[in-house]
Amino acid sequence: MPRLVSHPDEVKIVTKRFGQGAANIDRYIELGGYESAKKCLEQGADWIINEMKTSNLRGRGGAGFPTGMKWSFVPKQSQKPKYVLVNGDESEPGTCKDHLIFLHDPHSVIEGTIIAGLAIGSKLGFIYLRGEYRYLLEIMEKAVADAYAKGFLGKNIFGSDTEFQIITQSGAGAYEVGEESALMESLEGKRGVPRIKPPFPAVVGLYGGPTVINNAETIATVPHVIAMGGEAYAAVGSPRNGGTRLFGVSGHVERPGVYELPMGYNLKKIIFDVAGGVRGGRKLKAVVPGGSSTPVLLPEEIETLGMDFDQVGKAGSMLGSGGVVVIDDQTCIVEFALRTISFYQHESCGWCIPCREGTDWLKKSLTRFHAGFGSAKDIDNIQYLAENMLGRTFCPLGDAAAMPTLGFVKKFRKEFEDHLNGKPCPFAKHVELSVV
Amino acid sequence: MSVETMSIFSPQLAARLDALVAKYPVRRSALVPMLLYAQDEVGYLSDAVITEVASRIGITELDVRNVATYYSMLRFKPAGRFNVQVCTNISCMLRGGYDIFDRFQDELGIGHKGVTPDALFSLEEVECIGACCWAPAIQVNYDFHDDLTPDRVPAILDQYRAQAKSEGKADHA
Repeated sequence: MPRLVSHPDEVKIVTKRFGQGAANIDRYIELGGYESAKKCLEQGADWIINEMKTSNLRGRGGAGFPTGMKWSFVPKQSQKPKYVLVNGDESEPGTCKDHLIFLHDPHSVIEGTIIAGLAIGSKLGFIYLRGEYRYLLEIMEKAVADAYAKGFLGKNIFGSDTEFQIITQSGAGAYEVGEESALMESLEGKRGVPRIKPPFPAVVGLYGGPTVINNAETIATVPHVIAMGGEAYAAVGSPRNGGTRLFGVSGHVERPGVYELPMGYNLKKIIFDVAGGVRGGRKLKAVVPGGSSTPVLLPEEIETLGMDFDQVGKAGSMLGSGGVVVIDDQTCIVEFALRTISFYQHESCGWCIPCREGTDWLKKSLTRFHAGFGSAKDIDNIQYLAENMLGRTFCPLGDAAAMPTLGFVKKFRKEFEDHLNGKPCPFAKHVELSVV
Repeated sequence: MSVETMSIFSPQLAARLDALVAKYPVRRSALVPMLLYAQDEVGYLSDAVITEVASRIGITELDVRNVATYYSMLRFKPAGRFNVQVCTNISCMLRGGYDIFDRFQDELGIGHKGVTPDALFSLEEVECIGACCWAPAIQVNYDFHDDLTPDRVPAILDQYRAQAKSEGKADHA
């Protein structure tokens, strides 16, 4: 069972029911659950979307798109049925927040899905979990069945004449399916390759119908936004970045864990106060701020850095999925870069050539380089390859592979050079990686 | 040919798959979970599984294979009864994921994608399993084990050996 952590600086909104038995529907109701959905049923779509816009809630999957605006793009009138999709294909290395949401508060996901459905005029929502999360899927399935039994889902939700159904779905192992259009393909029973955009999912999505797709954390946040009111929720965060974020702090820290902190909270404090500092009294070498696809930051870059989409963007990286991966001074950055690119090479679906070939060549180059057989030219070549992947693929996986690689090469060039001329890697134990 | 009378699956699984295809607006949406559930029972996607799934969904076997080969959890060869999946991605790597993987290799005498001669265990190095804050972590079939040290590896294996003994060998296809 994943360990829960706590820190006085936390502002528990999304996590406030964690560890309180809220997977039980009666307990969830006792803790105020499903009141937001009832309120939304009374207030109607325009009111919901307005609250969401006011809240400044931005997509927790990584892109940070304003949720209220996303919902408002769905056409009011549609020949085809509209759908709500919850993306629980959590696979970005460094990210395990949705894991805890499904485990501790599955009804918040259901309630958020209902509210999204009311906002866009949809009668059917899907909750898609990665295949590895079987025990969490079983928790979600039980929660959905309980919600049906209470009449919160079905033909007449909460005794109204409004219909809303939810279907849970299991993936079967694929990072790429976390990309919205690939997830729709997977849900349609196909290979999870991305679709070309436009048209965007809000217009042509699942089964060709207008579709809203949100990250599980975003959806689980929605009932809280409604309960607090959009304005109060926005006030918790920083400008244009409403509320809190579930930061998953992992790697070389004393107290790894998922911490819920206000948007804009200082990254240095996350590492040194909240997570207890670098493990074993070592020094901080670097930090990956928002999941493996976000460019690495140096200690001097995080002194005053507030963790919101805009500030981290300005610092040359991304807030991403909120997965803070902390790296100490005994770590080989070349090996870290190689492990990162090995992942993307493994997960590239092969649909777009720059990504398929680029990740493969980057892995080959970095493998050779780390083994001590690289040449000075390779460093520039790695950079050249990565730069030529940027913006040239249907989905962001190509960028997700190229951006961190560029960060490592640019910020740790000297460490790459230290691997030249047959010099053995000063840190690494594992020169060859067996994931293929 | 009726799928129901020809099914290679247990009556429980067959009933579950009947319900699965009925729940979606489009039948084919059942394909990915159906393959996984079938694999859970049979152990891998045998030719017979592919044939029955194709018939249940109403698409060609080629179509089924085309989709199945995309997903990393789906396999076309039997794994061990307990498939040990060791995450070595960044968060696990930083906290000793490779030491865990090495220890499993030593204890089981097999490498990546290997199966023990008694078919009790198989071993895989896998990508991120969503347990980064409790790293290093592994999954044995669908069970998570986290905050691991190499010293805990033998006890984990013993736990599954004991489970196999208590369940008997007959119930695994």
